[in-house]
Order: sequence, then C-alpha cells, then structure tokens
Amino acid sequence: MTDTSEITEEKARSQWADVWSQFRSHRGAMIGASFFIFICLLVIFGPMLWPIEPNFIDIRAKNQGPSLAHPFGTDQLGRDTFAQVLAGGRVSLLVGVTAMGLALFLGTFIGVLAGYFKRLDSPLMRLTDLFLALPILPLLLVIIMLFRDTLRAAFGPETGIFLLVVFVIGITSWMHTARIVRGDVLSLKEQEFVLAARSIGTPSHRMILRHILPNVMSPIMVSATLGIATAIITESAISFLGLGFPSDFPTWGRLLSDSTNFMTLNPERVIWPGLAISLTVLSVNYIGDGLRDALDPRIRGR
Amino acid sequence: MLNYTLRRLMFSVPVLLFISFIIFLILDLAPSDPTGNLPLTIPPEVREKIRTSLGLDAPMWVRYLLWCKQFFINEPLNIWDQWRGTCSFNCEDRLRVVSYVTRSPVVDLIVERMPQTLWVVGMSYVVGILIAIPIGVISAYKQYSVFDQAGTFISMVGFSVPPFFSGVLVIVIFSVQLGWFPSIYDTTLEVVDWETFKMQVKQMIMPVMVLALQTTAQISRFMRASMLDNLNQDYVRTARAKGLKESVVLLVHVLRNSLIPVVTVIALGVPAVFGGAIITEQVFKVNGIGQLLIIGIQGGDAPLVQTLTFIFAVMIVFANLIADILYGILDPRIRYD
Repeated sequence: MTDTSEITEEKARSQWADVWSQFRSHRGAMIGASFFIFICLLVIFGPMLWPIEPNFIDIRAKNQGPSLAHPFGTDQLGRDTFAQVLAGGRVSLLVGVTAMGLALFLGTFIGVLAGYFKRLDSPLMRLTDLFLALPILPLLLVIIMLFRDTLRAAFGPETGIFLLVVFVIGITSWMHTARIVRGDVLSLKEQEFVLAARSIGTPSHRMILRHILPNVMSPIMVSATLGIATAIITESAISFLGLGFPSDFPTWGRLLSDSTNFMTLNPERVIWPGLAISLTVLSVNYIGDGLRDALDPRIRGR
Repeated sequence: MLNYTLRRLMFSVPVLLFISFIIFLILDLAPSDPTGNLPLTIPPEVREKIRTSLGLDAPMWVRYLLWCKQFFINEPLNIWDQWRGTCSFNCEDRLRVVSYVTRSPVVDLIVERMPQTLWVVGMSYVVGILIAIPIGVISAYKQYSVFDQAGTFISMVGFSVPPFFSGVLVIVIFSVQLGWFPSIYDTTLEVVDWETFKMQVKQMIMPVMVLALQTTAQISRFMRASMLDNLNQDYVRTARAKGLKESVVLLVHVLRNSLIPVVTVIALGVPAVFGGAIITEQVFKVNGIGQLLIIGIQGGDAPLVQTLTFIFAVMIVFANLIADILYGILDPRIRYD
C-alpha cells in the first residue's frame, strides 16, 4: 500500500507544474511576465483611476514638461501625455492580442490541415510559401491606405480602422506558425498513440481536437508571444507612418509620430510612447524566451 | 546543382507572376481614384477623359496584361537600348510603365531613388554584419560570461526597439541635445573634397547605426548558436589534440564551418532590411525607394506602387533562391538532386 501512495505522490507533479517551475527559474522571463502583467493592469484600470481625460484640452497648459499634475508633461494642445499613453496602450495591446489571436488561429488551422491530411499538404504549403514571398510591409500600407475609407464609412472611424488593422496584420503573419505546427503534426502523426486512437475508430475531427492539438500547444504558445510582439510593432509602424488610427484616437505609434514634430521644443515627449512600445515588446520577447525553455522537455529536466 | 538552380528559377517565374497578379488585384479592388487629388473644379466629363487617357476604362485583365507587357518586355528592352545607345524594335512608340502623378516612367523614378537607399541600407547591412560576427563568436566561446549576457541583452533590445523609436531617440540625443549630427539626410550633397566627405559620413552615421542595430541583433544570435553547435564537435577536439593554436582552431576550423548557416541567413535578410528601410527613411527623411513608395501610396499612384511592391517581391524570391543555392554550395553534405 505504501508503494501506491508514493506513486500517487509522484503523479501529482503534472506537466504544467514542471513547466511552471522551469519558467520561474528563468529570471528574464519572470521579470518580463511581471512587467507585462503590470502594463496590462495599468492600461486596463489606469484610465478609470487617472482623473484627466486623454482628449481633454487645456490650452493654457500646453507643451509643459513633467510636473506633479502632468507626470509625463502635456502636448501642443495641453492634453495630458500620461492619460494619452494609458489610452493608447489599450488600443495597441488590444490590436496586438487580437491580431495575434487571428494569426494563431489561421496558422494552427492551416498547419494542422496540411500536416494531418496528405492531400492538402502540398497546396497549403505552396500557399504558405507564396505568402512568405509577399512583401508584407508595403502590402500592409497599400491595403490600409486603399481600403480605410470604405471601412470607415461602414463601421465608423475607430471600429473600421481597428478591424482593418487587426485583419491585415493577422492575415499576413500566420505563416511561421503554420510551418511549425505542420512540422510537429507530421511527426506526431507517426507516433503509436495516434495509431492506437485510429485503431479504435476515432474520426479525424476528434483525433485532431483530442490528440493532435494538445500536443502542439507548446510551439503555438511560443509563437503566440512572438506574435503579440510583432503585431504591436507592426501596428505602431503603421500608425507612425500616419496610416493607422485617426489622430484624436491615441495609440502608442500615433503618439510617437505626433511628438516627433515637437522634438526640438519638447524632446522628452518622444520618450514615453516609444519606451512603452519597447518595454512591452521586450517583456513579451523575454516571456517567449522563458516559455520556449520551459516547454522544451530536453531543457526542463536540467 | 545546376539542375536544381534551373528548376528553382523555372518555378519562381509562375510564383512571381502570381504575386504580381495579387498586387494588381488588391490595387484594382481598392476604391481609390487617381483623379481624386485633382482640383474639384474639373468638370466630370473632363475627369472621365483623364481616366480614359490613363487607360482606366479597359477591363481589368487587359490592364494587367498591359502592365506585364510593359514591365517584363518593354522596360528590359529600354534598359538595353539605353545601355547600348541603340533603338531596337521601334523604340519611339514603346509604351513604358508611367506614373499617374508625375507622368514620368516609373523605372526612371526608381533608378533616381535607388542610390540613396542602397548607400544607407547597404552600408548598414555591412556594418551590422561586421559587428555581429565578432560578437557572436566571442559570446559562444565564452558562453554564460558577462560578455555573453550583455550580448544577449543587447540583441534582445535590438529585437524589441522598433527603428521608428531608436531613430527618433538618436535624433533627440545626437541632433537636438548634442548637435553632433544633422537630423535630415541631405541627398543633394555631392562628395567632392574632404569637407563634404566628412558631412556625408556625419549624416550617414545615425540611419546606418539604427538599421545596423536590427541586423546585429539577429545575426549575432545566429552566429552564436551556430558556433555553439560546432564547438562541441569531434573535429574541434581533434584539432586541439593535434596541438593547433586556440586562435587557429577557433578562427579557421570552427568559424568557417559556423559561417555556413549564417551566410544563408544574411542572404535571407536582405529584403527584410529593405522593408525596414521604409520606416528608417521616413524618420531620417532619406528620399529613397521607401519614401517613394509612401508618396505613391498616398497619391493613389497605382503603377508606381504596383511596380515598387513587385520589385520588393522579386527581391524576396531571389534572396530565398540565393540562400538555398549558397547553402548547397557551401555545405557539401547538402545535396538537392
């Protein structure tokens, strides 16, 4: 009896507990994760707690440096930069997460289909190669510039641009996920447990949902973090080039682009949105680094 | 190898044709009007005539085939004629891809802008590689040392800080605060003597460094990983056992083998750097092809945007091809046939 109790104790260490303990030992990843959670909480709850509205114009207090009333200073119309950075963070993070979700869904879908069904493999991989050969940034700019008026008319200025930016970023960044997932599915398909599941007559859709998908979760999670990072950078780049959201609707890239015009007058205004983008992306990249180590069983044992 | 190269080249033709068709389709589906920027006082029937003169009344596939003919047949012929000073196949009435806005041939516009981009982008890529390779070698040789940790952190920063922030930041520090370098790239500057050469170097330092940071971050990581793979191999132990000097082992045996995957990464990265240059050119006001693209997009200049985007696609396809071929040439273990 003592033997069985020992065994159950051993079993209590699940895979995810192992992953978590390995993740915790990665110092950069822990700092990154805490910082990312901090930024998320700040942009979600910050605007509710901070008394100044991001679009409140106080023209007498324009172009001020940092002070107690305005910790990040004010812009050329006297709007509080701190409130704007908080409000901009909401949009930037939301775009990042939604676009990543779309890219991940597309990538996983195409990757699993290509890896699991032999007939679809060749055409889907040709499609992936084709998308990889497209010049992404020029095409992004072209699509956004050309279609934004239509969408703006259909969904209103903010929602229309949001949908367009998310859709365009999502549809142009699924290729790497698809390739990684396909490779993993191809090797999983040859393993015995899949053969066993098939031998008891598991239909394809259940096989994918039950047996394949849970086993390709780790590469998907790693590419999710990298996806957030690239989506945030891409959205900021589009806004920086003046093709994203309208200028009364702050995002980090838009704030950075607006403040470059006042660089000689008010140089520290440039720092805040840029720092917010860079630190968020840096923390997400560190999380990805830690996750990759934590989810790799070859490293985890050590 | 030759067989493989030819096969890949043959395959890239339909891929490129398909990409050019997709770009054309996107531009055509878009509800943009090349006459939209003209004054409102122009009466509608004149506007319609302008549209007809631009060839916009023809069906979509006719315009696509016309673009293909102009770009793939007429433009190369024109380059040939200009080079040899000849006039083959009645060059007087040869139609070229013409910009809607400036009414000048698109290829001429691109040729005009190319040197600035090539100077800034090309120089930054070379500088980035030259910095990255020693960093990668030292971080791998002294794995987990302070240098390695610092290198990892800097490359992480290089990945995370987008060029539109690092560019603006160096402008704030070095142009606004310290006043060392000009913040705007002056393309009219001609290098004739020592003074103008110094000016040229000064105005190139910031854009080159901003772009080089991105390159360095990526390539030093690859270099480090590839060195680490090779350092534990048996042939390294053999070389040391023979009594070779450590510098010879490292720089001749390990480095040469580690460079094989890195060279392909360098080839693959060329188009991405051109893409990133779009933003850097905007920050430093370099009037290169990236800025030309932005102007074209804003003006609804379909032929210009179509041609430029297609040139970017050609670069990507050929960089992939060159990377694969280089890999086969450099690594005798890889055989494609």
